Amino acid sequence: MSPDRPNPIEVRDLVTHYGDRLILKGVSLDVREGEIMVIMGGSGSGKSTFLNHLLGLLRPTSGVVRLLGQDINAIGPLDLFDLRKKMGVAFQGGALFSSMSVGENIMLPLREHTNLDEKTMQIMARLKMEVVELAGFEHLMPAELSGGMIKRAALARAIVMDPRLLFCDEPSAGLDPVVSSSIDELILRLRDAMGMTIVVVTHELESAFKIADRICVLDKGEIIALGSVDEIRAHPSERVQNLLNRRTEDVTLDADAYLRRLTGEG
Amino acid sequence: MSASPNLLERVGRATARGIAEIGFGASLLGESLFWLVLGRARRQPVRLPAIFDQAMEIGIRALPIVTVLAGTIGVMLAIQGIYSLRPFGAESRVTTGIALSVVREFAPLITGILVAGRSGSALAARLGTMHINQEVDALRVMGINPVRFLVVPALLAMLVMVPALTLWADFVALLGAGLYVSGELSMSLAVYAERCLESLKLNDLTHGLSKSAIFAMLITLVGVVNGASVSGGAEGVGRVTTRSVVHAISAIVVTDMIFVFAVTR
Repeated sequence: MSPDRPNPIEVRDLVTHYGDRLILKGVSLDVREGEIMVIMGGSGSGKSTFLNHLLGLLRPTSGVVRLLGQDINAIGPLDLFDLRKKMGVAFQGGALFSSMSVGENIMLPLREHTNLDEKTMQIMARLKMEVVELAGFEHLMPAELSGGMIKRAALARAIVMDPRLLFCDEPSAGLDPVVSSSIDELILRLRDAMGMTIVVVTHELESAFKIADRICVLDKGEIIALGSVDEIRAHPSERVQNLLNRRTEDVTLDADAYLRRLTGEG
Repeated sequence: MSASPNLLERVGRATARGIAEIGFGASLLGESLFWLVLGRARRQPVRLPAIFDQAMEIGIRALPIVTVLAGTIGVMLAIQGIYSLRPFGAESRVTTGIALSVVREFAPLITGILVAGRSGSALAARLGTMHINQEVDALRVMGINPVRFLVVPALLAMLVMVPALTLWADFVALLGAGLYVSGELSMSLAVYAERCLESLKLNDLTHGLSKSAIFAMLITLVGVVNGASVSGGAEGVGRVTTRSVVHAISAIVVTDMIFVFAVTR
């Protein structure tokens, strides 16, 4: 990396709490320009929390999140507003606005952030709908779409401003294998065609191995492995292998603690 | 040992929660004013079409039911008024009572309660659902301030439409009462109208309308505070919807009393 161009995403020693509970225990991560970084982990690993911090939706206890060279928790609201125009987010459930048609949903960022005329915005929205293979569906309401179509529409809305950073939360969760692999291909195509830096949060191994340049494995609020697909596959750590081979972790038995939990005196 | 600290703790927590909600409502109001005034300078203008949408939903679509209820209330007041004045043989003086109680009290109150039930709950349900579906998060990461985008249009529409509906309810309720009075007391509608106007001062009208503007603000803020604090999925949305109606109506009635106490005596 050239020194004058910082990594688009830099996280340093991110510590976060949910109430009193410690969720992330000092996570540091760099995502390089134009790469697809997959953040993997089981339920409760802290990956969703991590994503919310990357998006600036939560405030960390300590640590720094820098997007495109700017500390998102330190910059003013106007700078944050400008920064957010350069990032797109596809949420897990799509988060399409149910009172607007698919086309209106996709056009919303353009409407709010640009002064383009209606016709231009429609053309731009249709362009993105072609990219995600949803052409011709702009008049449907979100409730009329299938699960796969909702994820596609959410992706189209996320990329309508041609962002430099794209975040996808579980893009293929809950979809059948064919649809899910077509979404994976779509993400690869987006990176190749538009040169975006993409962060994907998922627990689907197959999809992670297919799209990732690098994988970051989170477990219990810590990064336990970080590397290319092959490095992760061959990772020596037992916790990583457990996750990859879908083994449940052996629980160390503590008779006293077990008894305390049962009696509710823990 | 265990009962009383528990009770104290519960009361304390509930009080703290209540105060926090009032504070949240107040900050929402401040933030709404901020975006309304400075939105354009901050490239986050409040859009007129969004306000019209809300005004249509809150105001125009409520017209039929407001008309029916206001007319009914008017007739009811006329019946009760005549009944209560009969022992004094002063039935013809009923117009004063009707005019004042409709314009100062019943029209704003009934309209407020109706809008709370119709639109306050809808607002809470809509925001609650959006919250659960991450639509509010989606707005924030798109660089769209949710207060500017969702709350300000609703607040403005309420502030315009609730007083407008109240004015309409004034008219319909007085007309309803007039129709009954003219039939019952063989007083012509023209005489009735004249006597109504005689007993009403501008102050009475502004009293009712300013109350309705306060109700409008209360309904919006209660709806938004409840909608934003939703947790626990669809069941949670149902809970906050009910809660927002109960809170809004309670707030309306209590505020009404305080307002009357402060202004009328």
